Amino acid sequence: NASTNPPAAGAAATAPTVVDTLSDEEATREDIYNRLENLGYKVGIGLVERFSRDRSRFTDNLDVIKFLCKDIWHLVFRKQIDNLKTNHRGVYVLTDMTFRPLIRMSAASGVPAATKAAPFLQFPCGVIRGALSAMGVNAQVTAETPGLPGAVFQITTVNKNPSG
Amino acid sequence: MASTTRARLGEEVWKSRTDKINAELVTLTYGSVVAQLCKDLDGDYAEVNKQLDKMGYNIGLRLIEDFLAKSNMQQKCANFRDTADVISKVGFKMFLNIIPTIANWSSDNKQFSLLLDENPLADFVELPDDGKAQGELWYSNMLCGVIRGALEMVQMQVDVHFVSDILRGHDTTEMRITLIRYIDDEMPQDDE
Repeated sequence: NASTNPPAAGAAATAPTVVDTLSDEEATREDIYNRLENLGYKVGIGLVERFSRDRSRFTDNLDVIKFLCKDIWHLVFRKQIDNLKTNHRGVYVLTDMTFRPLIRMSAASGVPAATKAAPFLQFPCGVIRGALSAMGVNAQVTAETPGLPGAVFQITTVNKNPSG
Repeated sequence: MASTTRARLGEEVWKSRTDKINAELVTLTYGSVVAQLCKDLDGDYAEVNKQLDKMGYNIGLRLIEDFLAKSNMQQKCANFRDTADVISKVGFKMFLNIIPTIANWSSDNKQFSLLLDENPLADFVELPDDGKAQGELWYSNMLCGVIRGALEMVQMQVDVHFVSDILRGHDTTEMRITLIRYIDDEMPQDDE
């Protein structure tokens, strides 16, 4: 933080780039999150290649999402997803009330659980994005925890056909 | 404890007290970590080996707790031969469901090899075809760190390294483990 310009002077002199406005700490965190997400992405692709081989062809995006919620979820987290909601316009919300990676986690009082859990949700987000991508669905995936040990994943599919 | 008893203990812990996860998930995740390291370190495989060992070391420091809790070992190993037996039949069995063969003891009983007939980390793995990895990368080097870290917590300083790997085209996958010393209990200074 000491390396950044004094905010007022920096802002006045030259228009700050995005990088300037992020503190070093934030930039590092972003970088770490991206790495974790990418590791998951590769794993997701591999899993689908391996485990979707003997099933019938997917009929639509919902079919793909169901495969993700049942088979892939069970494979990775040893349970099925608890709740799946969709707005039928390409947004899917997956809720897992007892998400395995968070199951033994406790947050010290005063530290919001959401902040503590965030690093642990990057890898699973990557796995989901990788799995979907291997099944031909491009998507953005974000996650948050409404309270330990639950996790909510939001999948926004990026599709040519909006009714997908 | 006799060797057969240990084998039975390993089997029992694996069956009843281990949380299992899909083997392919482990393989893929480990592969993805190694691939990322190779990319980040720009093919400096000596450094990749070092980082994998370090990651393993940090796992080992904590894993020993889980090992002791689940295996419920009642007595200390009497000698380093016992230690080797426990690592192979209980440790490897419980965490990876394999039992490496113990071989090539040195005459002073301070060095042995573990032969990994199968290696769950390396299933369907191929090393990068860049003319370097085949000679420099120890793909499963994390295992060395795990053993080093775990033994350090039970007062043994050891050196662990791979001497051959099927992935490199060798006939066997062999880890060499050398006891450097038993670490004495040291009282903290000014401890009343």
